[in-house]
Amino acid sequence: MDRLGFLTGRAARAVLILFGVIVLNFVLLRLAPGDAASVLAGDQGAADPAFVAELRHDLGLDRSVPEQLWIYTKSLARLDFGQSYRDQRPVLDIIAERLPATLLLTLTAFGFALAAGIALGSIAARHAGSLLDTVLTGISVMFFAMPLFWTGLMAILLFSVWLNWLPSYGMQRVGEGGSDVSLVADVAVHLILPALTLGLFYMAIYMRVTRASVLDVLDRDFVRTARAKGLKPGLIWRQHVLRNALLPIITFASLQAGQLIGGSILIETVFAWPGVGRLAFDALMQRDYNLLLAIFFITSAIVVVINLVADFLYVAADPRIELGA
Amino acid sequence: MISRLLRTILLSLAVTLLTLTGLAAQEAGGTLNLIVQPEPPTVNVGVNRLGPTTYVGNKIYESLLTYSADLKPLPRLAQSWSISDDGLVYTFNLRHDVKWHDGQPFTAKDVVFSFQKFLPALQARSRLNLAEVKDIATPDDYTVAFTLKAPYPAFIYVHNTAVLPAHLYEGVTDFRTAEANSKFIGTGPFKFAEWKKGSFIHLVRNPDYWDAGKPHLNDIFFHVIPDANSRAVAFETGQVDVLRAGDVENFDITRLAGLDGVQLTEAGWEFLQPVGYIHLNNRHKPLDDVRVRQAIAHAIDRQFIIDTIFGGFGHETNGPLSRLSRFKDTSVETKYEFDPAKANAILDEVGLKPDGNGVRFELQFVPLPYGELWQREAEYIREALSPVGIKVNIVATDVPGWFKRLTTFDYDLAENFVYTTPDPAIGISYAYTTLEGDNAGTTGGNVHGYSNPAVDKLLADAAHENDFDKRKTLYSQAQKIISADVPLIWTHDIVFPTLYRAKVRNLITTGLGTDENFADVWLAK
Repeated sequence: MDRLGFLTGRAARAVLILFGVIVLNFVLLRLAPGDAASVLAGDQGAADPAFVAELRHDLGLDRSVPEQLWIYTKSLARLDFGQSYRDQRPVLDIIAERLPATLLLTLTAFGFALAAGIALGSIAARHAGSLLDTVLTGISVMFFAMPLFWTGLMAILLFSVWLNWLPSYGMQRVGEGGSDVSLVADVAVHLILPALTLGLFYMAIYMRVTRASVLDVLDRDFVRTARAKGLKPGLIWRQHVLRNALLPIITFASLQAGQLIGGSILIETVFAWPGVGRLAFDALMQRDYNLLLAIFFITSAIVVVINLVADFLYVAADPRIELGA
Repeated sequence: MISRLLRTILLSLAVTLLTLTGLAAQEAGGTLNLIVQPEPPTVNVGVNRLGPTTYVGNKIYESLLTYSADLKPLPRLAQSWSISDDGLVYTFNLRHDVKWHDGQPFTAKDVVFSFQKFLPALQARSRLNLAEVKDIATPDDYTVAFTLKAPYPAFIYVHNTAVLPAHLYEGVTDFRTAEANSKFIGTGPFKFAEWKKGSFIHLVRNPDYWDAGKPHLNDIFFHVIPDANSRAVAFETGQVDVLRAGDVENFDITRLAGLDGVQLTEAGWEFLQPVGYIHLNNRHKPLDDVRVRQAIAHAIDRQFIIDTIFGGFGHETNGPLSRLSRFKDTSVETKYEFDPAKANAILDEVGLKPDGNGVRFELQFVPLPYGELWQREAEYIREALSPVGIKVNIVATDVPGWFKRLTTFDYDLAENFVYTTPDPAIGISYAYTTLEGDNAGTTGGNVHGYSNPAVDKLLADAAHENDFDKRKTLYSQAQKIISADVPLIWTHDIVFPTLYRAKVRNLITTGLGTDENFADVWLAK
């Protein structure tokens, strides 16, 4: 199968998956007790039933669920994700304001976790059984076992409260103008703690996977053959060991992309990072259906794309795998 | 003679100097860092009256009046006012020197637009209040006269409501979705500058503010910090200057209050008058029996709730009104002292016998999903009711679920707290007047399903009685019946402490507390 055919097939499947995500979430959200009208009326403190009914009618929430779904699907076909009930603005505008923060956080954490995880995992595997291996493995178990919010709070306590090195919340210092360079530096300083907290957890996972995978490959015949051929150790390591050991890591990393976005909700809350994770949580609490569904749609789309990219990476990493095979 | 003259001169000089020094000490400038929690959907106080919206929005928008700590009306956009002897006509004389933040003049037209069109369309509570108004007249550009259908003394307390700029809404029919709603143009001491969603809201000094020389501050930042621990850290590390009720849990307050240069005040809730509730669903058996409700009241140690759960912040109360109310009459209230033996005796007398496990009946308890303390209170209630044979099952919900259950009477016990406000006609009538139908609208209403025709009449008469002493008598009678009927448990008269750094001066100047406009707030260097 050629690359174009493969891509078209996968893209079609992705659209179906996304549609499924939307319909499933649409129905699930309607099953949860309470709707946006009751929340909005609650904001008023003293609404009578007539006021609530009027609000429900204005928001179209007095129609049946299938009817609401039909209307929603029709507008979705026009790529119209609708308005937020609460903010009275197009939901895509709201998400666009928050998505860059989440991408910055998760991609930094992901990059750090992957790089550090593979590096430390390889070192541990190379020195398997040594004290270094035990220490590294111990650290990875620790970060894996600690809940994200706990790691975050401890990091704040250590680096913000006691040492006063890093800011404890937010994405930038407010009220102080400055050049673009200082703004970038400011965001970078604010990024350290949340990205590290999120990254350490996933680093622990990648490290364990890498260690196991490398140890497995090191035992294989082709590695022994390469050594017997007299290839340089560095070459064997790069070309034969790591390249083969990478396959399970790619699989793991692509599967975890969704979880990484999920984990960012906690991190965004603890560190007051203005991202989509926190927005989703707030939207759920307000039963802001349109906003929530659009967030689900976009995050699902990101996960689907990442998995698509992973499919291509397999091919690059292992010549035996062919597209469509 | 000369020496007397000299003394007088010296004395006046000293006084002048002291005054000048005092004035000089009120330093201009500086940035105040606050927390807004949770992040509001809007800061337009005409659109909704959520706590966070009001906190930010009241610095941008202004109302006709504000209210002192002893609940006297004070001038704001209205420089003076009068009430006709029959209590039917409220005339407000507006300031002539007020400009909207876009430079347009503020006039009576804006007041009429707000009260006649905008607020009733969007705000349920305003709709209820304005139902009392027959006509709004504007004899000239700076006079507004409200004529009421019947005397309604509470009307003087509805003027903390924001006035909106009519000129921005010309031709607009749907106020809920109007673009002008997010322009945030007010008359207040601070102008809207920037809102970085999820991060902060920035207000700047209004240089053309009508009260010359004010405000003192240059900037106010409202930081959005979703996690309570992180908010405590932000205050501890000096990143923010003020913590309000709900920003951190009460068990953190005492620790933070002990930090260097940190002050604590309980003032600033005189207008809202919060009271903690445990609703008893009067429509469900056996809670429809007043004796069962009284037994439950005796089984709960409310002093324990105040001391242990709410960190000592609160006062015991046995009736619907706050201790801060002018109408509170403790002499007529029934005292529900903590006495589990008495509770058991009452339940025995009712005939609710315990089964083999010692359980007389089960109740579903819906806690208030607003933080740790309410969860702890719910757990305490479960433990407290167990010895009297009542098995409590806690049903966790999120906020929309809690709304749904309370407004549709789908619970037995539920936590809540309400603002009883300066006037019972606004604050409590709604919560104790018989409700028709099976939907209470919102959680501020009669979600306990209480119904007593005598109370209905007393509350309605008191709301429309023009004579203060007669009103007081009527409300005393109502409190006596309500307290004896115990349609819900008044857990505590809430005290919401505010923590602030000592450099922040004049933080709380009126009964509105930190919801004031902050024109007077300044920072000591």
